[in-house]
Amino acid sequence: MILNELLSYETLRVIWWVLVGVLLIGFALTDGFDMGVGALLPFVAKTDTERRVAINTIGPVWEGNQVWFILGGGAIFAAWPPLYAVSFSGFYLAMWLVLAALIVRPVAFKYRSKRDSARWRNGWDWALFAGGAVPATIFGVAVGNVMQGVPFHFTDDLHAIYEGVWYVKFFSLLNPFALCAGLVSLAMLVMHGAAWLTLKADGAVQARARRIGAIAALAAVGGYIGLGLWLAYGFDGYKIVGDYVTDGPSNPLHFEVVKGGSWMEAYALRPWIAVAPVMGIVGGLLAFLGLRAGREVTTLLASKMAIFGMIASIGLTMFPFILPSSSDPRSSLTVWSASSSHLTLFIMLVSTAIFLPLILLYTAWVYKVLWGKVSEKDIAENAHSLY
Amino acid sequence: MEFGIVELSRLQFATTAMFHFLFVPLTIGLSIIVACMETVYVMTNRPIWRQMTKFWGALFGINFAIGVATGITMEFQFGMNWSYYSQYVGDVFGAPLAIEGLMAFFLEATFVGLFFFGWDKLSRVQHLVVTWLVAIGSNMSALWILIANGWMQDPVGAEFNPMTMRMEMTDFWAVLFNEVAQAKFVHTVSAGYVTASVFVLGVSAWYLLRDRHVELARRSIAVAAAFGLASAFSVVLLGDESGYNATHSQKMKLAAIEAMWHTEPAPAAITAFGFPDQEARETHYAIHIPYVMGLIGTRSLNTEIPGISELVEQAEARVRSGMIAYEALLTLRAEREATPQVVKDTFELHSADLGFALLLRKYTDTPHLATEEQIKMAANDTVPTVWPLFWAFRIMAGLGILFIGTMLYFFYRASFKRMQFPRPALHMAVWMIPAPWIAAEMGWFVAEFGRQPWTVDGVLPTAMSVSALSMTEVAITLAGFVIFYSVLFVVEMSLMLKYIRKGPYLEVAETEAWMKRHEVRLMGRKNADAIAMPAE
Repeated sequence: MILNELLSYETLRVIWWVLVGVLLIGFALTDGFDMGVGALLPFVAKTDTERRVAINTIGPVWEGNQVWFILGGGAIFAAWPPLYAVSFSGFYLAMWLVLAALIVRPVAFKYRSKRDSARWRNGWDWALFAGGAVPATIFGVAVGNVMQGVPFHFTDDLHAIYEGVWYVKFFSLLNPFALCAGLVSLAMLVMHGAAWLTLKADGAVQARARRIGAIAALAAVGGYIGLGLWLAYGFDGYKIVGDYVTDGPSNPLHFEVVKGGSWMEAYALRPWIAVAPVMGIVGGLLAFLGLRAGREVTTLLASKMAIFGMIASIGLTMFPFILPSSSDPRSSLTVWSASSSHLTLFIMLVSTAIFLPLILLYTAWVYKVLWGKVSEKDIAENAHSLY
Repeated sequence: MEFGIVELSRLQFATTAMFHFLFVPLTIGLSIIVACMETVYVMTNRPIWRQMTKFWGALFGINFAIGVATGITMEFQFGMNWSYYSQYVGDVFGAPLAIEGLMAFFLEATFVGLFFFGWDKLSRVQHLVVTWLVAIGSNMSALWILIANGWMQDPVGAEFNPMTMRMEMTDFWAVLFNEVAQAKFVHTVSAGYVTASVFVLGVSAWYLLRDRHVELARRSIAVAAAFGLASAFSVVLLGDESGYNATHSQKMKLAAIEAMWHTEPAPAAITAFGFPDQEARETHYAIHIPYVMGLIGTRSLNTEIPGISELVEQAEARVRSGMIAYEALLTLRAEREATPQVVKDTFELHSADLGFALLLRKYTDTPHLATEEQIKMAANDTVPTVWPLFWAFRIMAGLGILFIGTMLYFFYRASFKRMQFPRPALHMAVWMIPAPWIAAEMGWFVAEFGRQPWTVDGVLPTAMSVSALSMTEVAITLAGFVIFYSVLFVVEMSLMLKYIRKGPYLEVAETEAWMKRHEVRLMGRKNADAIAMPAE
């Protein structure tokens, strides 16, 4: 194939760095409110009907939303195989917890209202809570660890070895910085879930969601700023040193990386990236005000802006790093050393260019069809067909 | 055989994959059957067809939920448990998985919500389109997964890059139009259609035996028998196509399935029955049918199919060639661009056999210095364990023939005997419900176990593909999966049975009343799609 020469390897690598970011943000923007609603469920909805209102606001869409996550995983596999290999095996038990939560969730949606027993329904409601809160927290914990660097190295034939016995591997993920990142992530998605409920529900559910969501929005913004300062003063950044090429073979061992300096140096190098954290903070504050004032559409948009800014700021701060290694910096994965081949990146780009717009189009249509609030009356009228 | 991390990881993969595939075939097949039923409804506007769509759709939904959930496990597991595999072939294998998400999974998952919740919000034609999109999405999903799997069986369109220590794609079209993948795709979706047909047939037969929902049951049988008949033929024919492909790409798998220990004069006989003995390399009490194997495998009378012993000799030669490649690779890795041209040429010449040198990694860390004995052991390792393959294949093939027979019979009764079905036949249809699942699991077993000792045939041995994990970690997750999946299975079965016992939510008269109301509502929204309804 000659066509792939149209775009240089270096350009394609950057494009894929952007695209993976887009997919992960897409996931947080869509499935994020599903997880937020799950985490809010026991607190915003007390009676069975209220719970069904909350659940049915996301009932018809969570399945499509979840594909953003699956696609994110698939895109990482296809675009950055070494990252997929190192992170999924390195965070083994944590990944399993995410899996468990994601397996329980679909089943809980489908099965919860298929029996009348209160115990049955209550049990599945807790499953929905865990299915929302657990992944929302773990994703933050993962990001918190990625920014510090995680202990792994490659052998000469690029076998990825993650340091430590299994319990050390698992429990060292739960360090203070990462746990705080987990809480911020949870707060962020709770804010988003509350914004969604404000738009899609009314009555008591909406009122409670607005109250809790406002607190979560403030917590997310405060926590985000705090973590930024902690990162700036408490942790070293990573740097590629020596001569290197950005269009060479994807082999981390061909690069020299050192730990030192601060991640925040990125902002001196490329001041424009400060747009991202500003969006994160302003968006969060707007969401807070929106929730207080009961502005439905504005709040959701503000919440989306906050999530976009917060997640984008992580990638922009670390660029070109995607997974630094704390124990053997040379093994760190960067945009230049961890991508797929030129041809694969190109083919993936073509497929994405064809299908992503289509996906956005039909997803928008589905949301349009489903526009409007879910009320207790709807639940009563369609008791057998709704979740 | 010692039981280590490789075996434990394989056990986990097999458990989760086979559990996942309990739900996939029904999703693939039932989505199409439901879409066909709704098409009849939209064309005729008869309430009974709407009722059928909703009833089978509800069962589809119960099944779909677990299929999706367990599918996520599969996508994660390559990275979690098979990280060297992911690193080594992700450049080729990752792409179809990602495209599957973009093209298929998004489609089915986005519209499945509207399928269940959109009845009141969409016109009839709009809803029909939604249903078809779900069905197309499910089937396209299978296409991309099987392109990925087909590449593991026959790794075309890729070559090893010593600079990145991995396989890299060289020809996307070769990966896409891989004959193995195409045959496997049609074989697998046909198997899904058969599964769904047998399921619909069995459940409907159960209603007929109890004299319940007779209208729904008889029409469902008619659909299932027609659809099932076509699919049963297709599944067997494409299975045959896979066998023909295997003669080129996976000779060892074919020889193992057939327990062909030695090359026979063409056209070879097929062993219908027997007890394969791996040690002695012979099959006891074998019953042979002359010529058949040669005809199926080569579609000719004078082409030989190599037997296991001859294939082991060939493998030994490839191990030796691979050792040369491995030695050159060490220089390439150390010197990079500075590598002397002669070493590069040597590597080029032998790189196709590099995978065979990796088989030696089980016995030594320096494959290029392997001893004669180690080479022999590695060559012997290329033979999968024969007897489970031999039997699994025969169970699958036998069931395939049984499905053709059953579907023929019910199709005949439905078409020419005014839908009168004798009670024993109905009983048999009920008892046959588990059969397609057994056949499908056997089929996957043959495909994957038959590929051993490779994850990617001739390229990467299974023993090298695993992540650097401890036994404890994998044991914890495996135990977790087993407990978790068992609970899910019980829940799903109990709900499925509950909904089958309950039958359709609305009876025909109620459906009709609902349709009238719906029509008025749609007309109120100036929808021209709702037309007058003929009496049933």
